[in-house]
Amino acid sequence: MAEVLVYVDHVDGAVRKPTLELLTLARRIGEPVAVHLGPGADTAAATLAEHGAVKVLTADAPEFADYLVAPKVDALQAAYEAVSPAAVLLPSSTEGKEIGARLAVRIGSGIITDAVDLEAGDEGPVATQSVFAASYTTKSRITKGTPVITVKPNSAAPEAAPAAGTVEQLAVTVAETSKGTKVVSRTPRESTGRPELTEAAIVVSGGRGVNGAENFPVIEALADSLGAAVGASRAAVDAGWYPHTNQVGQTGKSVSPQLYIAAGISGAIQHRAGMQTSKTIVAINKDAEAPIFDLVDYGVVGDLFEVVPALTDEVKSRKG
Amino acid sequence: MSLRIVVCVKYVPDATGDRHFAEDLTVDRDDVDGLLSELDEYAVEQALQIKEAADGDAEITVLTVGPEDANDALRKALSMGADKGVHVEDDDLHGTDALGTSLVLAKAIEKTGYDLVVCGMASTDGTMGVLPALLAERLGVPQVTQLSEVSVEGGTVKGRRDGDTATEQLEASLPAVVSVTDQSGEARYPSFKGIMAAKKKPVESLDLDDLDIEADEVGLAGAWTKVDEAAERPARTAGTIVKDEGEGGKQLAEFLAGQKFI
Ligand SMILES: Cc1cc2nc3c(=O)[nH]c(=O)nc-3n(C[C@H](O)[C@H](O)[C@H](O)COP(=O)(O)OP(=O)(O)OC[C@H]3O[C@@H](n4cnc5c(N)ncnc54)[C@H](O)[C@@H]3O)c2cc1C
Ligand SMILES: Cc1cc2nc3c(=O)[nH]c(=O)nc-3n(C[C@H](O)[C@H](O)[C@H](O)COP(=O)(O)OP(=O)(O)OC[C@H]3O[C@@H](n4cnc5c(N)ncnc54)[C@H](O)[C@@H]3O)c2cc1C
Repeated sequence: MAEVLVYVDHVDGAVRKPTLELLTLARRIGEPVAVHLGPGADTAAATLAEHGAVKVLTADAPEFADYLVAPKVDALQAAYEAVSPAAVLLPSSTEGKEIGARLAVRIGSGIITDAVDLEAGDEGPVATQSVFAASYTTKSRITKGTPVITVKPNSAAPEAAPAAGTVEQLAVTVAETSKGTKVVSRTPRESTGRPELTEAAIVVSGGRGVNGAENFPVIEALADSLGAAVGASRAAVDAGWYPHTNQVGQTGKSVSPQLYIAAGISGAIQHRAGMQTSKTIVAINKDAEAPIFDLVDYGVVGDLFEVVPALTDEVKSRKG
Repeated sequence: MSLRIVVCVKYVPDATGDRHFAEDLTVDRDDVDGLLSELDEYAVEQALQIKEAADGDAEITVLTVGPEDANDALRKALSMGADKGVHVEDDDLHGTDALGTSLVLAKAIEKTGYDLVVCGMASTDGTMGVLPALLAERLGVPQVTQLSEVSVEGGTVKGRRDGDTATEQLEASLPAVVSVTDQSGEARYPSFKGIMAAKKKPVESLDLDDLDIEADEVGLAGAWTKVDEAAERPARTAGTIVKDEGEGGKQLAEFLAGQKFI
């Protein structure tokens, strides 16, 4: 069976969920071969094998951390040359997209970004994209070279499928020209203890209606009662009430959880672009005419400062 | 030595309009008003600030690949203060994908001459966010992308990238390709004077011949990708909407419990 390269997104060997989703999708089109760059391959290998990786190609070099993107492209290209895969899959993170794009130029292939589903087709993998703020669904494929496809988080449920996961060292030479962009410093983001926004099963977001940073704990309390991640509209972020890393929308994160709760958010097209593919959508807004109500499965017209705390209490008491 | 800045700007269908696909499954650009992608305004703004920081010793060229109307995007950027425009326009470009667009942009940038290329973080239509990386690869220069802060001094570009897990400070020697996010700072509005001045600014028109690109390397026929289907998302079935009369929170909890979220 044809091999499919899967680029592993991880933090020191802790594999992030979108990669497990990629392995699941990869099995629909071939045998997954994982490419793990940086430290922690031994830890990662077990998880990757558990989810279907027949092989784990690994390389670690200081250049991966010291320079932006390009050294990782060198490594992925080395993996590509070693394997001659039927496709290359990467997560649709900023870095995943950039690595995929540069690899595509090097190997003369087309690229599809932000796929939300992937199937085998007669002429190679068929990718589903959700475009124009999720108002259209397209199916596309790559017609030249080896398909390079980036996939959004939450596009498949990770399935266990134990495979060999044989670890093999990949020989990588980082080109001088790949050392152009120095990473002078790196400040890791402090963990809030809440689930990662793009991976969370439930997201609770607040907008301009939250009316001040001091009121965001109302949103956080609901999120915590549900084990959810916290999101924010750009209006709330621009006002300085919540960090930009939590922004949902076209220029923030794109989320696709099982449940999205929007409180005090009107539902502008740019916000919808980041949440419209959520499975179940709930809104709380005091304006019955707010466009967000066009999207909802359940909506409450009312003051969020009344409805959200009442809901939080109810969730807590039901969960006991 | 004057700094040569090329800003890539895209002409896109208005996101607040009714965007859809044409019969050949390319974006229908006739039915919806077009405009300069809002995210490229941030790129123009940063280019203007870099020029100001260099005491004006810089020249800003705005570059677009697109149909005749794309000239509007150039005029907007010129009215904000860019110096001149380059418009790559050719019937054979219809339906060009990302790989093709990056090929055309790279050749046009090389022909124009550059020290710094500035892009938006993503277009508001295709929203791939990969063009700047594709350009860096094709031009063989550093990519300093997705920046919320950028500055240029003494032949070095520095920037701040807010990534998924960390914030990074980046640095590269020119020539380089940068892209800036909407966190980089509000874009200025064109002044009346700027709008009048823009009318007199030069816009060079280039076609594929001028760039030594064969017709079959771009367009729908030359594309590396093919769209086979585009379907409008079915309208959501009308949800339940209740008015809070003291029980809103409870009712919502009931709904969530019914859906097994609680
Ligand atoms: C290029 C570009 C990119 C953008 N990217 C994004 C993006 O990524 N994400 C994003 O969110 N936006 C984005 N925007 C901005 C977007 O257009 C909207 O301005 C923004 O989403 C509005 O945020 P909001 O809904 O919180 O605020 P508003 O539109 O002001 O809505 C606030 C809502 O709160 C309600 N409300 C007020 N008080 C209460 C209360 N006590 N109880 C209940 N409801 C209340 C009001 O009725 C109103 O509906 C972008 C815009 C542009 C031009
Ligand atoms: C809904 C949709 C989905 C698409 N999906 C794919 C896909 O999966 N694969 C694919 O190969 N193509 C795809 N395309 C085509 C692709 O959008 C165009 O080829 C496009 O010009 C480059 O991608 P982008 O607009 O997404 O650029 P982005 O990478 O999002 O744009 C980043 C920046 O690049 C610059 N830029 C981009 N295009 C131009 C231009 N024409 N002129 C000047 N500057 C420009 C701008 O500064 C822009 O801000 C898609 C198009 C649409 C409308």
